[in-house]
Amino acid sequence: MISSDIQIVLPEIILALFAMGALLGAVYTGKDKTASFLTWLTAGVFLVLGAWIGLNGQGTQEAFGGMFIDDSFSRFAKVVILFSAAAVLIVSIDYMAKRDLLRFEYPILVALATVGMMVMVSAGDLMALYMGLELQSLALYVVASLRRDSAKSTEAGLKYFVLGALSSGLLLYGASLTYGFAGTTLFSGILTAVGHDVSIGLLFGMVFMMSGFAFKVSAAPFHMWTPDVYEGSPTPVTAFFATAPKVAAMGLFARVVYDAFGGVVGDWQQIVMMLSILSMFVGAIAAIGQTNIKRLMAYSSIAHMGFALMGLAAGTAMGVEAMLVYMSIYVTMNIGTFAFILSMEKDGKPVTEIKALSMYSKKEPLKALALLVLMFSLAGVPPMLGFMGKLAVFRAALEADLVWLAVAAGIASVIGAFYYLRVVYYMYFGEDSDALDGTMSPVAWGMLVASAVIMLVGIVNLFGIVPMAAEAAQALVN
Amino acid sequence: MEKFILLAPFVGSLIAGFGWRFIGEKGAQWLTTGILFLCAALSWVLFLNFDGQAYTIHLLDWINSGTLNTDWAIRIDRLTVIMLIVVNTVSSLVHLYSMGYMAHDENWGHHEHYKARFFAYLSFFTFAMLMLVTSDNLVQMFFGWEGVGVASYLLIGFYYKKPSANAAAMKAFVVNRVGDFGFALGIFGLYMLTDSIQFDVIFDNAPHLAETQLHFLWSDWNAANLLAFLLFVGAMGKSAQLILHTWLPDAMEGPTPVSALIHAATMVTAGVFLVCRMSPLFEYAPETKSFIMYLGAATAFFAATVGLVQNDIKRVIAYSTCSQLGYMFVAAGAGIYGAAMFHLFTHAFFKAMLFLGAGSVIHAMHHEQDMRNYGNLRKKIPFTFWAMMIGTLAITGVGIPLTYYGFAGFLSKDAIIESAYASGNGFAFWALVIAALFTSFYSWRLMFMTFYGKERGDHHAHEHAHESPLVMLVPLGVLAMGAIFAGMIWLKPFFGDHDKMTEFFGMPHHVAATEEGAAADHAAPAEEHAATDAAHGEVAADASHAAMAAEHHGAERGAIYMSDASNEVLDAAHHSPVWVKVSPFIAMLIGFFTAWVMYIRKPHLPAQLAANQAPLYNFLLNKWYFDELYDFVFVQPAKAIGRFFWKRGDEQTIDGGINGLAMGIVPFLTKLAGRAQSGYVFTYAFAMVLGIAVILTWVTLTGGSH
Repeated sequence: MISSDIQIVLPEIILALFAMGALLGAVYTGKDKTASFLTWLTAGVFLVLGAWIGLNGQGTQEAFGGMFIDDSFSRFAKVVILFSAAAVLIVSIDYMAKRDLLRFEYPILVALATVGMMVMVSAGDLMALYMGLELQSLALYVVASLRRDSAKSTEAGLKYFVLGALSSGLLLYGASLTYGFAGTTLFSGILTAVGHDVSIGLLFGMVFMMSGFAFKVSAAPFHMWTPDVYEGSPTPVTAFFATAPKVAAMGLFARVVYDAFGGVVGDWQQIVMMLSILSMFVGAIAAIGQTNIKRLMAYSSIAHMGFALMGLAAGTAMGVEAMLVYMSIYVTMNIGTFAFILSMEKDGKPVTEIKALSMYSKKEPLKALALLVLMFSLAGVPPMLGFMGKLAVFRAALEADLVWLAVAAGIASVIGAFYYLRVVYYMYFGEDSDALDGTMSPVAWGMLVASAVIMLVGIVNLFGIVPMAAEAAQALVN
Repeated sequence: MEKFILLAPFVGSLIAGFGWRFIGEKGAQWLTTGILFLCAALSWVLFLNFDGQAYTIHLLDWINSGTLNTDWAIRIDRLTVIMLIVVNTVSSLVHLYSMGYMAHDENWGHHEHYKARFFAYLSFFTFAMLMLVTSDNLVQMFFGWEGVGVASYLLIGFYYKKPSANAAAMKAFVVNRVGDFGFALGIFGLYMLTDSIQFDVIFDNAPHLAETQLHFLWSDWNAANLLAFLLFVGAMGKSAQLILHTWLPDAMEGPTPVSALIHAATMVTAGVFLVCRMSPLFEYAPETKSFIMYLGAATAFFAATVGLVQNDIKRVIAYSTCSQLGYMFVAAGAGIYGAAMFHLFTHAFFKAMLFLGAGSVIHAMHHEQDMRNYGNLRKKIPFTFWAMMIGTLAITGVGIPLTYYGFAGFLSKDAIIESAYASGNGFAFWALVIAALFTSFYSWRLMFMTFYGKERGDHHAHEHAHESPLVMLVPLGVLAMGAIFAGMIWLKPFFGDHDKMTEFFGMPHHVAATEEGAAADHAAPAEEHAATDAAHGEVAADASHAAMAAEHHGAERGAIYMSDASNEVLDAAHHSPVWVKVSPFIAMLIGFFTAWVMYIRKPHLPAQLAANQAPLYNFLLNKWYFDELYDFVFVQPAKAIGRFFWKRGDEQTIDGGINGLAMGIVPFLTKLAGRAQSGYVFTYAFAMVLGIAVILTWVTLTGGSH
């Protein structure tokens, strides 16, 4: 029995063992000298695991009495998480090395966080959920303050930690309420206990847990940490924050509301809708005032989470599918954009002012064009892929008769288009300046261009992820 | 071969338009011209070897949606091959001519490149026109129809630095929109009722359509009549018939070779082609046919009157074109499609030549277009003079009455006037005869003012007047051959001989014996007026025509279809009285003598007449005030509505609202959001707690606890 359980959680175990082994190995050998190799190796392990999970997994299996679920939903999320984490690791090497940030702990912490994320999306029990969540969070708190000698970086790590602790407290309180009223921590048990008419105690438990998830996906009004942490953390870490953990938290969110509270869709639907609308508008409106591109991306990610939540709010398999597609596209866009942001520097110092992009198109026409494509895609301008993602969630909302939600999302995306287009405006029509010099590593350049090309080419069939997302959504909702 | 004819001009256009930097402007000119000459040669081969049996060449699948199936296809039948030679011959000659005419254009600076663009447009136009005439379905035809519209727009506005050229281009486009709207409605209607846009299917259904009622706007209409009428509205726009004619004179803003190619020989005749192509439908729409006759006759008369007093040499010819198109429509309306095509065919030669000749005069006179500044040019530019003379002889219809010897226009115009007479439409007949008189007058007026009399205007221009280069004279010579001989050679198959015509157009054979008897009569035209009884004798035979035609229906259909009634009209036209046959000739002579008296004998007379008859003169000079009327009825109200929506609707309401929102409220909220982001952890924690409190309150109040 135990051997089959282990078989199911084997990817997580392998990754965890790898992280621990790497830690020991690095400590007893070259320490930071091994960092570069270790980062590549970690990325390689991510890719191998991702390919293995993506190609090998079949059907739905449960391990440890239902505490761990391996279904196509979790596999979809894991593949996205692993690939995006690998991509972020690879682009960040050059930047970290240049600024003497490339510690061997970095890839190991990322690997541990990734283990946590994988557990999160596979959780079938409140315990497993919390274990995964905390493993991820603790690792992330540390990487946020990776640049120990920078006040901003440590401030970011501390803020993230304090607020994360608060949200963990809320989550735990919700979990204990739920356990108290349902008498079990297993999602399947909670589902039976809730039935189709939730009691007030369980409702409170659910709300507290959802606020914990909302914090993780940085949905308004639990988003306040995001801009500060994004700005203060080293840029590669920001890139990481903006991608894999978002997918994991969103997956966890969907997992809990469907697996544990799938009988009372109407009850959580209204909360998700509220989070969704608030996030979209806060993200769109607050971003307008930003001058720092990392803060801008923070608000951008808040707004994007609002759109992804809109898919979840639909409360249908189609909505989950749309959410998954949206998240995959979002992650791809963000990797490309951050690959570019990583290369923004002047005299060897990183630059994050948006104004520094003035007339960038003259200097680097190709890169400017790639960034233009990404910005258009983030804004949701057809025919870029970002538009297809928005289209999917809009359709899901409309099919679920949430017309006003779709209308509000439309208005928010129009407001949000402003700041993406402003970046383009600076690049093509701004005043002459040479605020940026420096070159881009070939890897980052490749990521940027590849991401932009994907945004353009992907509209043909979205690389076939739609049927996969549909299968994942079916596995979750039924 | 057919594919080459159709597609080569397009390839040439693309290469010339986008690749001239590689092959050079000279290269682009020679390439497009060479391709067109090859196409023209192949078209003649096709025309001369064509045996009357229609066939279709499939190029590509195009639309496949539901019951709507359309291919890109080439339909080769008699109408197509006629149009192929007309289009390709004139187009190739105009290409050649343009090499000379466009060589030094004062509208452009030395460093500006415009020649390759011009030739690319010309070739593109040719391609679109070929697409139009080779189509085997309505949608492909519509593609070509709009394609020539675009090319026409681009070429009228070729001198885009001149505001008047831009205005003329827009006018042509907008007026054609009105016609095209009708055309499109006609296509929709045909698709709705026959579930197809293929010509063959529509033609098979035409008898059925004639018995169908269709509700449109406020009333029920006979489907065949209504749809034919809608298609004809499209033809009216493209062929500049009355009501929608106003764009054609203004289109003369384009370079003169364009006027010759597009606005005389080919595009403007597309409407006539459409009616002939859709003849199986029009034959079941007698009321529409009758309307076409009236409108065509009215246009012929109207345009001829306006042509009498115009002073711009190109405008005179433009109104003449308008008028001649009216002639063609009268023939088509009478059901004598052969005569319409015949006139289209001959007209292409002599009118293209007149335009090119006018271009040569303009070229010689340094872009002076006002005939009042010409005079006595025949010595300076003798070749052009003789070419214009041949063109004038052709358009006025000079020939030997009651025989088959004459210039091209003599035979084709007489054929139409006889058809008009035979159809029993007195208005059409008399309008055309009077128009013939006017045609003669204004054509000779043009000749006399330009080539005779005293030199007027700027004497420098006269001193430097010079004959055009050879590339411009060769096309004139070739077209002159056409203007002289085209009528005599092809009269019989187009119109003159019922049997030959049947065979020529591949129509089902009608009762041969009777026809032969009639044909024998035709051979001796002098006797024909006495033989009107013979036509009556054929009525019985016609009944069997009908039976056979019905049998052959669908299985064997010619390029055009003529109902029994139309066949009778054709026979009656062949047997029309002598006075009818000579009437256009007499009208021509009267016109000639009047012009001679007024412009050679007593040159002061026109001014006197204009002063005496000032209201009439101004009425004609201002083109019957059509432009002013349209300006008042359509243009100004449209502008007013536009201004209202622009100022009140767009600027005040929409822009005002959006700007207020975008520049007032959103920045305010942004400022608020910025202030909320204080940077203090306790603020953030407070926001979270507040959020959860609000959510809890809300869910408790609304759900769950019920």
